[in-house]
Amino acid sequence: MRALLSAGVYLPRARLPRSTIAAGHAWFNPNLPKGGERTYAAWDEDSLTLAVEAVRACTADVLANGIAGSHRQFGALAFASTTFPFADRSNAGLVAAALGREGLLQARDHGGSLRAGTSALLAALQALADPACPETVVVASDTRQAKPASPQESQYGHGAAAFRMGRATDGTAVLAEYLGGAAITADFVDHHRSDGEDFDYTLEERWVRDEAWGKLLPGAVGPALAAAGIAANAIDHCVVNAPAAAQKKLAAQLGLREGVFVDTLGKTVGDTGTAQPLVLLAAALEKATPSALLLLIGFGQGIDALVFRAGALAGCSAASNFSAALAAGRQEPSYTRYLAHQGLLAMELGMRGERDNRTAQSVAWRKRRTVTALIGGKCRDCSTVQYPLTRACVNPDCRAFDTQEEFPLADCAAKVKTFTEDWLAFTPAPPLVYGNVAFAAGGNAFIEFTDAAPGETAVGQPVRFVFRLKDRDALRGFHRYFWKAVPVSLHDHGEGN
Amino acid sequence: MARGIRDQVAIVGMGCSRFGERWDAGPDDLMIEAFQEASADAGIERDRIEAAWLGVFYQEQSTSKSGLPLSMALRLPNVPVTRVENLCATGTEALRGAVYAVASGAVDIALAMGVEKLKDTGFGGLPERAKGTFEDLWQPGFTPPGAFAQLGAAYAAKHGLSMQDVKRAMAHVSWKSHENAALNPKAHLRNRITIEQALGAPMIAYPLGTFDCCGVSDGAACAIVTTPEIARSLGRTEAVTVKSLQLAPSNGVELSHGSWDGAHTPTTRLAAARAYAEAGIAGAEAIDLFEVHDCFSITELVLMEDLGFSAEGRAVYDILDGRYDRSGAKPCQIDGGLKCFGHPVGASGLRMAYEMYLQLLGRAGARQHSPQGKAPALGLTHNLGGIPNRNVAAIGIFGLMDV
Repeated sequence: MRALLSAGVYLPRARLPRSTIAAGHAWFNPNLPKGGERTYAAWDEDSLTLAVEAVRACTADVLANGIAGSHRQFGALAFASTTFPFADRSNAGLVAAALGREGLLQARDHGGSLRAGTSALLAALQALADPACPETVVVASDTRQAKPASPQESQYGHGAAAFRMGRATDGTAVLAEYLGGAAITADFVDHHRSDGEDFDYTLEERWVRDEAWGKLLPGAVGPALAAAGIAANAIDHCVVNAPAAAQKKLAAQLGLREGVFVDTLGKTVGDTGTAQPLVLLAAALEKATPSALLLLIGFGQGIDALVFRAGALAGCSAASNFSAALAAGRQEPSYTRYLAHQGLLAMELGMRGERDNRTAQSVAWRKRRTVTALIGGKCRDCSTVQYPLTRACVNPDCRAFDTQEEFPLADCAAKVKTFTEDWLAFTPAPPLVYGNVAFAAGGNAFIEFTDAAPGETAVGQPVRFVFRLKDRDALRGFHRYFWKAVPVSLHDHGEGN
Repeated sequence: MARGIRDQVAIVGMGCSRFGERWDAGPDDLMIEAFQEASADAGIERDRIEAAWLGVFYQEQSTSKSGLPLSMALRLPNVPVTRVENLCATGTEALRGAVYAVASGAVDIALAMGVEKLKDTGFGGLPERAKGTFEDLWQPGFTPPGAFAQLGAAYAAKHGLSMQDVKRAMAHVSWKSHENAALNPKAHLRNRITIEQALGAPMIAYPLGTFDCCGVSDGAACAIVTTPEIARSLGRTEAVTVKSLQLAPSNGVELSHGSWDGAHTPTTRLAAARAYAEAGIAGAEAIDLFEVHDCFSITELVLMEDLGFSAEGRAVYDILDGRYDRSGAKPCQIDGGLKCFGHPVGASGLRMAYEMYLQLLGRAGARQHSPQGKAPALGLTHNLGGIPNRNVAAIGIFGLMDV
């Protein structure tokens, strides 16, 4: 059988209360929604960093000594988004490089439509019909911008979800068995964002509900159910990011039982774009009892419909880390902070912010394992672990030349040795927190911290490492990434991290 | 077996510009101001200088590279000028070059000049500086206060102290430097402050507040060095000689190895042991007064232990007891230190030597230290270039010829 083997969700820690947005615009539009909150990416997060975290959560396989990385055995990676940081540089390739899996993978980007997440999932599952197809990870991630005071500003959220899939023999414990799927294409423009534009242009919801949701869905759902050999009224969970107002009508049109629609997370996460159907599926699989039937629907210039049967791994909080990711949120009730971190408010960054962040690409290439994958060295002679890997061992009692082997540190346990909160250094989110961390495997790293508000860091606190934007090079339009330390107790995304 | 530098080289003239926000002066003005004082002091004209060393750190900011800025500013007679740079140990490094040249017998008279013109950036604090194409890819975008501030959290944790207690000692360190600089006409910051002011100041980089950070100053300092014989021939009855000059750079341990605790500077301990041996003294107890690299109050605090003036874990108590005050047993930063005299990076090591020179000769005026009614016999200077994670420690010991 073809099956989903594991799932991972990443939601940025920052949650913006919708009441905060509404309060900011009360003079302009007093009718904005006030209930609930939405996720948003910090200044050093984008669709790519969110995707890396979702893939890590989906593929975590932490060994007893706290070292993983080498056990992410999948052979292909598909990355779906409408907000890739790079138009011409493989975004999936960079995700693979960050995971230390460069060189082994097919890595492909899927974009162009909010349906790209489910389309990538469908394509990967269909490819698994070939017994030679390797295990594949599909990740979808989006960080869409919205104009201040627009309905989308309150509706959108930022997030990512990933699934690992492969062939499994019958009887194997899987997350969900893939039963069948279908897709149709229709150039229905409910919204669009042209190349070079920052914001979506969105049409009237009533038209979309009646003409698209009502009339297009059956065209894919029917064939998908037929391919799966499942009757519509047997579906237990319909995973679709459809507006609540459309759900009752949809149930009637598709022949679904009432009450099978999952919560679309509008008041807790927001609409995460291409990631949303996958986020909803990961959430649904935490609740679905084994053998429950799920219908997944993606919408965007057509319809994807996929049918799954929940497996033995479903129905518990370990099925995905969605609940943990949701619980790890933290309210950031500053509207100007949200605006600034979305690039929608030009803050005074001071002259230190003028620093030229030009990247020497030849250096970045030579040092890519060190920088992009956070791989250190371990001395063959004395077993000393060090970061970064260098030609001569740093152990003062060894100092041997050319004895170091690669030692992945991204998943290594570590603690704060010392730190500071620097209000003088340039950062879009003052203070710049950085310090020295001691790896449990040995060795020290002088490293930036993130997701740590003033007063939240302490000596001895455990940290985990996350892949983040280090600098933006505005002069050349380049994004530079590196790993940062996050105090764990404050930002724990649950299993495997 | 090398015999070391002790008593082989005498300092016969020193000069130091007024430190501060010298909007009136460029690097050449500052060098001339320091040189004219040294030249008059030594009775040595520039044409007798056979070789010179120029120390400047932010050359991009102030002077441009090479030895030319000194050669051109003083219109030296085309003698060799070498530009040196070793982070905040740059001034001491320039002195080391000149002293070694005389000790080797290659020249009779040499000049060491340190200069820094920092206040042309347009913003407060030190200029931004690239760390290298690889380092910029991964190291934090730190500032000097943030990089040194890390000593604070680690020191408090190591010794089981509350940050409040450490902060109180840090405030005493800064208060003392302001008290001392009030007596120094060349110092940048001559105002007196209260402990409460220091404790209540805005945070720069936890746990450092405004008053825990040294001045960003323009300035220059220089030394003219020669052999003890020539010093005597110049009529010097009391000559200050170099007892020791030692340098210990990091080799990566503090950056990458697990053994460093983040709460002390191993290079200072290494350099101190070598310096005491070269000077032929047992340790810190033989030193009458000293100047350390108090770029930040927490740095001075941990250095009391690294140099051996305080026992391990006792710096907070010794500082609060007044041991390092002007009236204490071992005055530290009697001229105001980097904190208040100022810190024009390339000049700082030579500024410290300048103070020792004045104190040893009994010429320090209102701030003269007189243990048991006499001028001090041995003084120590210390620089810590870079940041605790990767640094250069430099130590100089100076004394009168016969000591």
